[in-house]
Amino acid sequence: MLDFSYTRARSAEEARAAAGEPAARLLAGGTTLLDLAKCGVERPDTVIDISHLDGLSDILVDGTGASIGALAKMSAVADRADIRHAFPAVSQSLSLAASQQLRNMATIGGNLLQRTRCPYFRDPATFPDCNKRNPGSGCAALGGVTRNQAILGTSDHCIATYHGDLAVALVAFDATVRTDRREVPIDAFFLTPDDRPEQETVLDKGEMITGLTIPATVAARQSTYLKVRDRQSYEFAAASAAIGLDLEADGVTIRDLRVALGGVATKPWRARTVEAALIGKPVRPEIIAEASRLAVEGAVSHGGNHYKIELAPRVVARAILTVAAHLNPDLNPALGETA
Amino acid sequence: MTIMEPRKHGSSADGAVGGRLSRFEGRLKITGEAVYALEYPAERLAHAVLIQSTIAAGLVTSVAIDDALAAPGVLMVLTPEDDLGLTVSADWQGNRPEEKPYYPLPRQVEFNGQSIVAVIAESREQAEEAARLVRITYAPQEGVASLEDPKAGEGKRLDQLSVAWGDAEAALARSPVRIEATYRTPREYHCAMEPHGLTAAWEGDQLTIWEPSQWAHGMARMYAEWFSLPVENVRIVSPFIGGGFGSKGQPLAYGAVAVAAARKLGRPVRLAVTRPQNFTSYGGRAATRQTIALGATEDGILQAIVHRGASETSVYADVPEQTGAATPILYKVENFSSESRVVPVNTVSPGALRGPGKNPSAFGIECAMEELAHALGMDPLELRLKNYADRDYQSGKPWSTRMLREALTQGAEAFGWARRSAAPRSMRRGNKLIGWGIGCGTFPVIRAPSEAMIRILANGRVQVVSGSIDMGQGTYTILAQTASEALGVPVEEVDVILGDSSLPGAAIAGGSMLAGSITGAVHKAAQAARDELIGLALSEAGSPFRDTGANTLAIAGGRISAREDGPSLTLPQLMAALGRDEIEVRRNTLTDDVQSAEDQKKAWTTMSRVQGPTMGDYSMHSWCAHFAEVEVDEDFGTVRVSRMVSAFDCGRLYNPKLVESQWRGGIIMGIGQALLEEGVIDPRNGRTMNANLGDYLVPTNADIPDLQVISVGVPDLNASALGGKGVGEVGIVGVAPAIANAVFHATGKRVRDLPITLEKLI
Ligand SMILES: Cc1cc2nc3c(=O)[nH]c(=O)nc-3n(C[C@H](O)[C@H](O)[C@H](O)COP(=O)(O)OP(=O)(O)OC[C@H]3O[C@@H](n4cnc5c(N)ncnc54)[C@H](O)[C@@H]3O)c2cc1C
Ligand code: SF4
Repeated sequence: MLDFSYTRARSAEEARAAAGEPAARLLAGGTTLLDLAKCGVERPDTVIDISHLDGLSDILVDGTGASIGALAKMSAVADRADIRHAFPAVSQSLSLAASQQLRNMATIGGNLLQRTRCPYFRDPATFPDCNKRNPGSGCAALGGVTRNQAILGTSDHCIATYHGDLAVALVAFDATVRTDRREVPIDAFFLTPDDRPEQETVLDKGEMITGLTIPATVAARQSTYLKVRDRQSYEFAAASAAIGLDLEADGVTIRDLRVALGGVATKPWRARTVEAALIGKPVRPEIIAEASRLAVEGAVSHGGNHYKIELAPRVVARAILTVAAHLNPDLNPALGETA
Repeated sequence: MTIMEPRKHGSSADGAVGGRLSRFEGRLKITGEAVYALEYPAERLAHAVLIQSTIAAGLVTSVAIDDALAAPGVLMVLTPEDDLGLTVSADWQGNRPEEKPYYPLPRQVEFNGQSIVAVIAESREQAEEAARLVRITYAPQEGVASLEDPKAGEGKRLDQLSVAWGDAEAALARSPVRIEATYRTPREYHCAMEPHGLTAAWEGDQLTIWEPSQWAHGMARMYAEWFSLPVENVRIVSPFIGGGFGSKGQPLAYGAVAVAAARKLGRPVRLAVTRPQNFTSYGGRAATRQTIALGATEDGILQAIVHRGASETSVYADVPEQTGAATPILYKVENFSSESRVVPVNTVSPGALRGPGKNPSAFGIECAMEELAHALGMDPLELRLKNYADRDYQSGKPWSTRMLREALTQGAEAFGWARRSAAPRSMRRGNKLIGWGIGCGTFPVIRAPSEAMIRILANGRVQVVSGSIDMGQGTYTILAQTASEALGVPVEEVDVILGDSSLPGAAIAGGSMLAGSITGAVHKAAQAARDELIGLALSEAGSPFRDTGANTLAIAGGRISAREDGPSLTLPQLMAALGRDEIEVRRNTLTDDVQSAEDQKKAWTTMSRVQGPTMGDYSMHSWCAHFAEVEVDEDFGTVRVSRMVSAFDCGRLYNPKLVESQWRGGIIMGIGQALLEEGVIDPRNGRTMNANLGDYLVPTNADIPDLQVISVGVPDLNASALGGKGVGEVGIVGVAPAIANAVFHATGKRVRDLPITLEKLI
């Protein structure tokens, strides 16, 4: 393995200063960084360990929302009773991700910045062509194995899926990413590849995530994260949906709805058209199913991932019906059941 | 009790054969005390890493190594330019057609992921970093990525695998009910927990190799042939193996590289094959394709089976995955025809993976039988019982034992099969569709000789010494049980020493043949040791039994006496009285005509004395019937196995606890095969795109429901000395069709290509 220097940062300021250097990388849980170093994708010359820094792993929940430090562990956030209560989809998105061992190591900040599992991105020795790794070199995934590539938000330059689960829930509930210099709405934090797939977020070099804020809403409290995959555990989503729902007093009419998709897009994907189509409408399976199809408007198939166009709307619809049935058990009991 | 008396299944908790002892070496593994091949301490150890090809086919035109050689810690770089001085080794049978050189780092690239260069450095990290500086230039050639590549063609017919009796085509044409379908299985991998690798050290012309091995003696012979050494000069040490599943039975190219590097450097060399490299350093199960046509009468009597199979192989060796292996013996059929082809593609040569041949073969015939049952409107259990094979129609021989009927009926009873609603899509739980399916499995009884040594020590402890291996299947434990019972000493007094080619020879731990073979040898040696001890006790001057007038003595519970109620001595007391430090007895199970030193050597290091299932008066096999229940979420296409009952005929069980765990392990691998496992190959350059355990999916605990296993076997003394038949591989055979059949029953959709992933059902 590469010779690199390892620094244990004494303060956030020190970490930030060091991280401004071109081949420097912050080290939080290391589960992405080490993995990619083994593949030969990451070759840092300096690794700045921030995992022990004080004050960046607090989890605070009150009536206005949640504030989660960037160094809080995935498992710690997932297991908090107040998060589970006020933001069930956030907790579920974490506990359905990766494995227990990874969740115990990995941090919230690192989780947002995980890289794609595009197999071409991860095999630089065999596939030099990857615009994300090596801007302008081409995209080996086009014409290759595409089962887990994205159908939404793709470009001619890159079709790699953003596979993280947490960010999908965050995008649904309008979380804000706090950095050492600014606050960015999460939807604006992630970028689609367009002609610059190497730029995945708006973070500048050396900019450090310090935490997240998730506003408390009824929809966030009445939410679920549904993750569909072949293996019951320890697999990325074939398609997933984070749903938050509020019903009018009649228990049938949709007052508020949040819909975001995972496993199908180049960034965590908010489906506002589905929300707009359903707010004010009654919870009825056929209406939900029809509106859910809007989630894949503009989707592009690359062959192997074609099934996602069929699957994603079904995941959205099921998740909406699941929350609805939970809110109003009088609704058709067969409406839904979490997979 | 004599050893031949079969015990009630699973009732015995004591140390004798049939007892449910926990694994002898389990604690060492759990506590980390067990030392594996890549952990052996060696002084002045150097580390080798492999660089593998990134194209499917072509010539290596140049390898630029100067930058790597200049990198810190680098000792040597080996490339196709280097003649390592190796000679091609003989095959499994010991046949060595011509002496020609062997190049483990070849110039001609035959598949993507082939080892081309090795970098050796003071540390593993230095070697890895230097490897990045090596530049390989290729002259690429056109390659064939996979069996389904349009360029692959139809391949070559293998006459020796073509079987026919009766007139299958005519009988099929006459049959009032017919089905025909094509079934496919993808490339699958062993994924043993312990990756491959070795530590090699030379001392003069003596070579010691610490390497996980399913066959220490055979591997020692093949290494010796590569390096032109007498086999006695090579010692393979392999006391613990973290899983093999067929992948660790022979030395591989990386082994030759590491040993050659150690010789060139004059230092021990360690080579760890990385997890991604494990996917191409040796072959998994070949992708297969088979078309099966069945003809039957309207009341469901099979008239004909026509089978046409093909499997991929490499461009440099014809290794068939025998899709016709189970087809001829599962059912009674008077008209049969099977043909097999191999299709060369640019892959590493396929290898044996748990249940080779039988496994994909059962997927075909067992799906086809349920398709026939559906066409007939008949219960698939009834169809199977109706066509029960009363003998082996292929060899014409009677079965030695075949309790498949009992497996089907008792399995069905335990599963509650009678409550099945016949129509597809007719069973539901919540919003999930429920389906039930059956899959039968079989694996041949393969017999081989072995040798074993028993030592009775002055302190009364007994040693069982054998070069056989234990990769988790339980050799340590069952050999202690065998010796304990034959000698009459408590199992706690028995030590078992295994996994070293300098110890007595043994059958390969493959083809499910080791347990039956090595228990026979240990039993024979232990009985001889007991006879010798009793003989000495009756005749030696210092023995208190000398003048008792007894003509034999009893040994039980570690005490020796003339009569049950008479005075007794402990073994240490007797050994002291005899003035002996130890009694050592070595026995083998070879026939008398092949006892010369040369014959013995050949027997332990080749497969030349291995006997197939019909090489006697009987046809001998293990059998099983799996009953699977699946839940299918129709919107998502996701399948989960919610329940399985599997009934087995494996003859007598030497240790039911360990056998059940082997059966369950096979079933779990079968669930992975049915629903998850698939080597994903880039169609352009033959690269394995999911060569890691994050992307090549094997089942997690969450994917595995309660697995109920039932033994219906009876001792089969034709199969082995103690009456057992193989248990290690039969468990996986038939699982995938049981699940595929259950998926059809649940959804009405017939998926004929594995794995059954969600996009095939939505
Ligand atoms: C086999 C496997 C399966 C997985 N499955 C899933 C899954 O199903 N769902 C899912 O969501 N995820 C999954 N993951 C991804 C996993 O969740 C991430 O690897 C993990 O969350 C990363 O967190 P970390 O703290 O270990 O990050 P690190 O590896 O430490 O850091 C990741 C990146 O972020 C940078 N970084 C870290 N912290 C900060 C900060 N505060 N400010 C700025 N930059 C920072 C680092 O420099 C690095 O570039 C899987 C990972 C693996 C290896
Ligand atoms: S899809 Fe994106 S990440 Fe994958 S190879 Fe193409 S450019 Fe690289």
